[in-house]
Amino acid sequence: MVTVLLYLFGILAILSALGMVFHRNPVYSALFLVVTFFSLASIYALLGAQFLSIIQVMVYAGAIMVLFVFVIMLLNLRKEVRLPIGKPAQVIFGVIFGLLLFVEGLLIIKSGSISGTLGRYPQAKVNVIGNVEALGNLLFTKYLFPFELASIILLVGMIGAIILGRKKMPKEL
Amino acid sequence: MTQTGNIILDVVIIVIKIVIVLGVNLTIVAYLTLAERRVSAFMQDRLGPNRVGPAGLLQPIADGIKFFTKEEIIPAQSSKLIYLMAPSFVLFPAFLTYAVIPVGPTFSAWGYSFQMEIANLNIGILYILALTSFVVYGVVLAGWSSNSKYPLIGGLRSAAQMISYELPLGLSIIGVLMIVGSLRLSEIVNFQTHLLWGFLPRWNVVLQPLGFLIFLIAAFAESNRLPFDMAEAEPELVGGYHTEYGSMKFASFMLGEYAGMITSAALMTTLFFGGWDFPWVNESALGVWGILLAVIAFSLKTGFFLFLYLWVRWTLPRFRYDQLMRLGWKILLPLALVNIVVTAIVMAFLA
Repeated sequence: MVTVLLYLFGILAILSALGMVFHRNPVYSALFLVVTFFSLASIYALLGAQFLSIIQVMVYAGAIMVLFVFVIMLLNLRKEVRLPIGKPAQVIFGVIFGLLLFVEGLLIIKSGSISGTLGRYPQAKVNVIGNVEALGNLLFTKYLFPFELASIILLVGMIGAIILGRKKMPKEL
Repeated sequence: MTQTGNIILDVVIIVIKIVIVLGVNLTIVAYLTLAERRVSAFMQDRLGPNRVGPAGLLQPIADGIKFFTKEEIIPAQSSKLIYLMAPSFVLFPAFLTYAVIPVGPTFSAWGYSFQMEIANLNIGILYILALTSFVVYGVVLAGWSSNSKYPLIGGLRSAAQMISYELPLGLSIIGVLMIVGSLRLSEIVNFQTHLLWGFLPRWNVVLQPLGFLIFLIAAFAESNRLPFDMAEAEPELVGGYHTEYGSMKFASFMLGEYAGMITSAALMTTLFFGGWDFPWVNESALGVWGILLAVIAFSLKTGFFLFLYLWVRWTLPRFRYDQLMRLGWKILLPLALVNIVVTAIVMAFLA
């Protein structure tokens, strides 16, 4: 049952990702991306990571994509301007590196080395103490430094956006 | 989930619960529309709809028949698929959220343990927040796909408003979550069934008055109702995001709005007013009567907040758009952050 659903949502994620790339209308593209996020969230939930799944829906689908849609609507893009495909060298390198990435992914999946070793919180333990507790414990002990670093980076980004977006004040007398 | 050890029995119980919860809530939604009109009429010294059935009680059914038999009109220049999908974005999240709200204590009967919610998730409150953040898609897409100026402005306004007020809404709950130490709604309610200093019910509104106030205001803004109904604003926007909608599609927006009101009223009850707890009574010791008392207590509290929604709508004028944004970002957000810090300091001292 879980495996069938995993495949189902995996296929849905890929299809909607393709739809996002290939659809002409930016609003439809944004909606396809929302479907992708939802499929990913469903996959997380099926794998027992409920907290991650809900955060995926809340942050990406619920907040970030709403902002995207908001901006797209403000710009009121209707007709897509088609740019000519880049220089031949760009195309060749693009195809080569794309294929390389694809083959790499396939090799990693085939070698099965993603399974990894079990850490402090294997699935059975997480099911007992809960997702949030496990994640919180790790974030505020073992991964405290990266966690704080990430929040500082986000803060810097936010301050940068405020400075860039601020109106230019007339020089004070 | 109910753990009876028998999968078929589990599924049957859950299906029965879903049918009951959806049936009850749809009925409440229908009668909330009537209540809105009767209460508004009462506040304006009118009578309101009282012709259909005794005291107008069949009015919602008449409304329903009217909406279903109206002509379907789809604007020629609209993006049809999104135009048709948008109402469901408003409607479904609102109904899905009921799944995790406990209306009574867990009880045992016939050797089984029954829970008074459809799903007892360990991330219950986040589940509700995630779903309600989806309502904004319905409003924004309705505004955009109509391909008309007023709906677009209404949709844009509501997108900005709902994103702005989701922050204080989420942050105001954090104080409660810190005190209770769980995201599970049944545990949040269980925590509140005890007494504070032996006489005061330990409801979170006593411990988190500021949190409750912020949550109340933000919830009003999230539901797009007066005094924050920027997305509709009839005098400025002709009706806002649903100007181009007619018949049952328009009704779906209305149903979604009222269903959302029930969600947030139930959430206020659960998070801040003890949920199903009737103060000074130990429900689980009273058997069947305890369950009944709990459900009645929950219904009364939720009913009060629903009335508060109507009361506020017909009492307060609409905010101006810039005032709305200032309130959200410059007052509520800092206050919510201060609330978290103060809660943390007090908890550290008491620990």
